[in-house]
Order: sequence, then C-alpha cells, then structure tokens
Amino acid sequence: MEVRKLVELASTIRSKNAGVNNITFDIIFSNPENYRLVKKSGVLNKSTVAKLFDISEDRIVSFVEFDPANAIKFTIRRGKPSGSPGESDVFGSQQYAPLLDIKVPI
Amino acid sequence: MREIKILSPTGHLGFTPLEKGSFFTGVEKEPDYIVADSGSADIGPYYLGADKPCSPEMWQRHDLELILKASRELDIPMIIGSASDTGTNRGVDQYVRIIKEIAKENNLHFNLAYIYSQQDKDKVKQALNEVRIEGLDGFDDLTPDVVDKTDTIVAVMGTDPIIEALDDGADVIIAGRSSDSSIFAAPLIREGMSKATAYYAGKVLECASFCAEPFMGKESVMGYIQEGEVVVEPMHPKQRCTVASVASHSMYERIDPYYERVPGGILDMSECVYEQLDSRRTRITGFKFKEEELKIKLEGAGKVGERCLSIVGFRDPYLIQHIDGVIEWSKRKVKERFPDKSYQLYYHLYGINGVMRDLEPIKNPSPHEICLIVECVAETVEKAEEITALAARNTFYARLPEVKGTAGTAALMSDEVLLAKPAYEWTINHAMPVDDPFELFEIHLAEI
Repeated sequence: MEVRKLVELASTIRSKNAGVNNITFDIIFSNPENYRLVKKSGVLNKSTVAKLFDISEDRIVSFVEFDPANAIKFTIRRGKPSGSPGESDVFGSQQYAPLLDIKVPI
Repeated sequence: MREIKILSPTGHLGFTPLEKGSFFTGVEKEPDYIVADSGSADIGPYYLGADKPCSPEMWQRHDLELILKASRELDIPMIIGSASDTGTNRGVDQYVRIIKEIAKENNLHFNLAYIYSQQDKDKVKQALNEVRIEGLDGFDDLTPDVVDKTDTIVAVMGTDPIIEALDDGADVIIAGRSSDSSIFAAPLIREGMSKATAYYAGKVLECASFCAEPFMGKESVMGYIQEGEVVVEPMHPKQRCTVASVASHSMYERIDPYYERVPGGILDMSECVYEQLDSRRTRITGFKFKEEELKIKLEGAGKVGERCLSIVGFRDPYLIQHIDGVIEWSKRKVKERFPDKSYQLYYHLYGINGVMRDLEPIKNPSPHEICLIVECVAETVEKAEEITALAARNTFYARLPEVKGTAGTAALMSDEVLLAKPAYEWTINHAMPVDDPFELFEIHLAEI
C-alpha cells in the first residue's frame, strides 16, 4: 500500500497553549481531499495520539474533526502548568514535531 | 440598527510595535471603535506573579499613542483590555499615566475610564466560605492554602464594566484583565446587537491579522458588524480574509473550535456559515449564544523560589551514549550535600528531550552533541546558586568506566551560574460564581 507522510498532506501543523494547562494541536489541510483522506484513514484519533506521545488517553482532553476549516484538532493536558519550574515550552509551540512523520495510507 | 465598524490593530498591544501602514488604512475607513487587547496568560506566570510588564514601555507607548491620536481625531471610543500584559492595577496605572502624558504632549482632552480588576487575597479567601471556586482545565477547586501561595490575583472582566464605562461617557477605556472577546463585544451589545453577534465579532477580531492569510503579525483588520453577520477585512493590502483563514482562526489557542465560554454564557459556532464575499473579505453568519450562570475567571500566580541556571555541553560520543550516567552522578553529589527535598532541580537535555520532555516520542536519539541546562529553584539565591554550581560541575567530574577524556567530562560554557528571574507558577485558574457582574471590578472616571 502506498503511504504519504502527514507533513506532505497538511498545509499547517502547529501546537500552542490553550489556557495555562493545555497544549492544543491543529492539523489544517488546504486541500479538502487530503483532509477527507486523513480523516478516513484512522491514523489520527485519541488512541493513536496517546500512543504517539506515549501518554495515557485521559490526558487528551479533546479531539475534534473541524470540517469548516478542513482541520483535525486535539488538545493535551500539560504535565504541569506552563512556565512552572522544569517546564520547557512556555507557549507550547514546539510540541507538534512528532505529527509530521505520521504515515497515512493512500 | 446601523452597521458598526471596529478596527482591531493588534492582538497584544505593546508586545511588538503595531504596523502603522495597515493601521492608518483602517483609520481612513472611519471605524466606530478602536479596540485592542494588551494581555495574555501565554507569557507564563512570572509577569503576573511578580507584577511586572513583559513588554518595554516604549512599545506600549508607541501603540497607545497611535490609537489615542487616531481615536481623538475621529472622535470615537478606544478600548484597551488587560493593560500592560497582565491587567493588574500596576498595569492599569501605568497605561493611565502613559495616556495622560500623551494627552498633555498633544493637548488632547477627553473622558477617561479605567477599570481595576485585581483581587485582594483575603477577599478571595472570604469568598471561599460562601461559594465553590471551581478549578478549570485540571486544576483542583480553590482552597485557602492555594490562595496563600499566590502573590497576585486578577479577575477577568466581561462586558458589563466596559458597557458601564461607555454609558458614563468614556472616550478612552483602560481596562484591567479582561476577556479578549468581551472588550469587542461590549460596545456592540451596547449598540443593541445580540450577544451571539457581539461575542462572535470579538472572537474573530481579537487577534487582529491572525484571522487573515498569509501569516502576518501586528497588522490591522476591520470588522463590519450588523445584527446576525460579521464581515472581516484585512487592512494590509497583501493579506486576505478567506473562509479557510477565518475558520481556522476559530481553532487558534482554544480547545474547542465550536464552543467558546465567555463570562455569562457560551458562544456556539457549530452552525457558522462562512462565505467568501470577494478575494479579501469573508462574511460569517449562523453563530448562537447560550446564557449561563455568571462566573468570573480568576487568574493567579505565586512565587516558588529563587532560580539559577547553568549551561553545559557534551561532545564525546561515549558520554552522549551514557548521558544518563553523567546525570545520575551529578544528582548523587547534590543529594549528598543537600539530603533534604527543599529545592527543585531539573536537567534540561537539549538534543535528547529538552523541548518535549515527557512528550518526546524519540527514546534513543543519537545526537553528535548535547546541551544541558541545569535549573535549580530554592528558597534563597545563595542556595539555588550553590546547588546549580554543584550539579553543573559534577557533570564535569562524572565517573564513567571507559571515559577517555579524563580531564573533564563536560564543556562548561563558562564556569558560572546564571542568576535567573525568580520562579513562579500558575496557582489560580478558576471560575468564581458572582451575583453582581460589577462586584469584582472598580470603575474610575477622570476628565483629561
């Protein structure tokens, strides 16, 4: 089966704080075909995300397929609130990297 | 009901100076209001806890001066929320001082309203005897000991105090901590629009040019608002508000793209219809609003301790492969001297998992070099400094069986400890039920 990486299919892949204790991830497709393809493929859901970041599923506080923007969005609870001692990404803006290489069957 | 035009020049006033070109384009179109938010919790707990601005005053003045002069020239109200990054009384007072200075320099006269939203710790503790202050996003419900651990508390105001200030005839409003969308919604509700229209307009306009494409910061956008519909247009000639850019902005920095909780209700965007009017403007309709019991969000941050850092590097592949052993040795030596648990010590290993920590999926990286940042938080600067030095230097003396570099097992960038700003943490991220929408806020009026 042919596979493509998520980074080749999506136009935006980003992460950012959503409040002081969550990091939210947006995967946006400028091509609706690609959006439908990824949605249908089943590579992105609560359980695959939990596995990817090696966290329990209950840390994923929401997972939404957002058709108006051709986007998939999920939110992870932080280990500690942003900016606490020992924290490393106060804006939560560099946590999306593992998503880039997700393999999507075509 | 007439169409209302709101100019949104920046998503965070003062954080970086706003761009003049698109701002003046917007001013030429004669908006009815100029509205800008100046704060964010994104900057972390330090600035609120220590009650300091995170933006240089020169930049804040730059933005305030442009907006004040334009709003006086057009004789329209300007509304600034979350003054000076955190919206504390210090922030409000600072902006009031800047506004007065600019007014004096330019011989401007107007009615000023400023609204405090900082909360007294004892009053919050008292409130705990009567109401449950509910923890948000995984925080436990508020308890008195958490209030004790907090240095600064602000309440996030909704539309009511701003509407009141406009009713009082204010031309310039400097608000303490405010809900971003409420500072836009307030004048619209006062003009007779529904909460659905008003809050949606606030939602789409609050980050200025972030609702347009291509990505540009600090450029102005204009909202054209009629009951039941909002049209957005970027003021920068190379930006476009497209269905995609506007819809994707509704996801930005939020958990749920369909629902947004605001003081006193929920904005429901699940049935929004986005229409491209032309290449640069998008119209949005279909938003709804559900009233809820009024709860006001409280934000608070407290000092954890003094903080020091040290920067260390590793290049020997053997050391990199056995970096856990190096860290183990360092921790052991610190523990020997400081057996108590009265400090926090962190090893940020850039090249291994420095950015993602526990979320890092790559468990066996093979970098050719590693940067270690040692971070220690302790009750005194001296102790934080000593522990940081001890931890960093002992990566230099790590005892590993086959190391070839017997003159030192680490590259200390310089053998010094960096004194960082004190460590703070978010302590309060809670919602407090109130009967009276004004009870946590204090409106002051002044003729300038």
